[in-house]
Amino acid sequence: MESEVANARAQALALARTRHTRRRRLNYLIHAILILTCFLLAVPVLYALLVATMTNIQFYGQPGRLLPGNDLWNNIAVTFERGLGQQILNTVFVALVVVVAKTVTSLLAGLAFVYFRFPGKWFLFFFVLLTLLMPTEIIIVPLFKIVSDLQWGDTFLALTVPFFASATGAFLFRQHFSNIPTELAEAAQLDGASPLRFLWAVLVPLSWNVIGAMAVIQFIYMWNQYLWPIIIMTSPDKQVVQVGVRQLMAVGAQTDFGPVMAGAIIATLPSLIVFVALQEQFMNGFALTREK
Amino acid sequence: MSLDTQAILWSLFFGAIFGALITAYVYGRHQRSIITGAGVGAVVGALSGQILMLPLRHCTFAYDPEVVAEAGTRFTPEFLFGIGVVLISSLILLAPVWVWVSQGGRLFNPEVGRTERFGRSPLPYLFLLPTLIILVFFLYWPMIRVVLMSLETSFLGLNARFVCVDNYLRLMNDSRYIHSFTVTFGITIAIVIIGMSIALFISVLASQKIRGANIYRTLLIWPYALSPVIAGLIFLMMFNPQVGIVNQVLYTLFGIRPRWFSDAALAPWVIILTSIWNNLGFNVLFYIAGLQSVPDELLEAAAIDGANAIQRFFRITFPLLSPYTFFLLITNVTYAFYGIFGAVDTLTQGGPRGATSVLIYQLYEDAFEYTNKTGSAAAQSLILFLLVAGLTIIQFRYVERRVTYGE
Repeated sequence: MESEVANARAQALALARTRHTRRRRLNYLIHAILILTCFLLAVPVLYALLVATMTNIQFYGQPGRLLPGNDLWNNIAVTFERGLGQQILNTVFVALVVVVAKTVTSLLAGLAFVYFRFPGKWFLFFFVLLTLLMPTEIIIVPLFKIVSDLQWGDTFLALTVPFFASATGAFLFRQHFSNIPTELAEAAQLDGASPLRFLWAVLVPLSWNVIGAMAVIQFIYMWNQYLWPIIIMTSPDKQVVQVGVRQLMAVGAQTDFGPVMAGAIIATLPSLIVFVALQEQFMNGFALTREK
Repeated sequence: MSLDTQAILWSLFFGAIFGALITAYVYGRHQRSIITGAGVGAVVGALSGQILMLPLRHCTFAYDPEVVAEAGTRFTPEFLFGIGVVLISSLILLAPVWVWVSQGGRLFNPEVGRTERFGRSPLPYLFLLPTLIILVFFLYWPMIRVVLMSLETSFLGLNARFVCVDNYLRLMNDSRYIHSFTVTFGITIAIVIIGMSIALFISVLASQKIRGANIYRTLLIWPYALSPVIAGLIFLMMFNPQVGIVNQVLYTLFGIRPRWFSDAALAPWVIILTSIWNNLGFNVLFYIAGLQSVPDELLEAAAIDGANAIQRFFRITFPLLSPYTFFLLITNVTYAFYGIFGAVDTLTQGGPRGATSVLIYQLYEDAFEYTNKTGSAAAQSLILFLLVAGLTIIQFRYVERRVTYGE
């Protein structure tokens, strides 16, 4: 009797162990596939880092080179000689101005849509929402004309003002404010606080998460802008970073990939840091605009 | 009856017929009077049809004996195109009516009103003013201008002349444009299907209960932070036919050196690969979030019932992920239609021989590198707009339905 129990227990243990080993083997396989994928994903940028250290002779030499060169500092210096430093400053400036302005306009729009009753509210909300369907790419032809007619061509006004408001932002804060307990607004009303004071003292401190989410999305969007700046900006010293990096390529017959890659990596660092550090906020921003 | 009146009547007629038919159907489905529906639909459809017909000056329905004689029928291409415009235009006011009916006489969620604490005052208009000024001036106004420009030809933006829908009809017969369409769709389908499948597979692996899952996630998503332009530059170097790392490997292994950028069969694949690489992080980020929202109990219950891992995936996980799949579908298509510009501009500039000339690239070229194609570029903008807007609206409907019935 006892031996039977021991036997059954041994069998169960053996079964569990085989299951365990099978699970362990499967986990090893999963790790292997994931590591391989992570590596393959990194190859382009690792190779770009490598090329960023090479002289033209090293890069174009036969057979192709897979060892670091010795020209990294010179390549970086070349990108700055061609104005990349200035262009990075320009883009940081443009992106920050847009992020701040858009946050302010969106907060105000959210406040109006959630805490007020006024004639034409739903029409105006629809009117704002409809612009979600109109990306800049569709309207670049007339936008170019309009901005040029304002004499804004080749100025930072052209890169910033058209992006000072968006349906996404207004919608984001509307959603967020609708989920904040109404008691807060009632209390504010009883205290006789003005709407702006209520916004600043109550809503904003409760919204830092959403503000952060929007800031990350907008910053990356502005940092990566290319089509609009390439059309509207002509002076190299006022250009944004993406166009600047692209134009590192355009000089001469043979592309100097060393400086181009050095520039590409420098130009990627800010958005990469922001994205990796704030990935949660980034995703929450998208989730918020979707939820009902 | 003058010819102008006749043209107006045609446009009213098609708007009314279309509005009456669909609205009657919508009313019927929601237990309302079909006759009222037809009446309301006819009036709204006829009126709404005029929204786009007025800037067109009803020209598509104008009777031109020469054109009719040439076409051999009253239903000239202009006429048929006009019907299409009326239908699209009638949707602008009909769609809200349909939403209103299908939601039982309300356009919006009624519970929102409970937060309106500040009562009536002019302040909300003041708060909305900055947003409205920007949107009107830099989105609505250009949008109206696009519509008007698409009906004109000009040289260097001067001597604009009204040409009715010629720009559109010419595009439909332009083999270069048709080709660009097929190229765009081919590249889009490849990016969507291959890119999203890989992303889903990787996400399933990365959301298993394994050590270091968070590290894997970060290592998988970061390429999204690179702009399409920079992704394009890096891939341009990697695929350099003489010394790029790809051909180094291929030459060592197989002794071949494909000419990636001058072979029309290969160049689109470089674009596709760049885009998939660039977008994979975004897809993985959302699929992992989606997978975390699938309840474990459901999967365990299915496992006890004897469903194997593959059955569990296709019967439970994948259907529950569908909102994420749909969201990613839209963002991937949007990327393939618009965002891809930077990659094309760095990698191939539309070549070789138009093999990678996607719609957005051709639009840019026609708008800014030719002197007399502004009208055509505007028409192209509107076609592109309709394609993506249609898809986005379907997504809104879909998400809404899920929320209404699913929760």
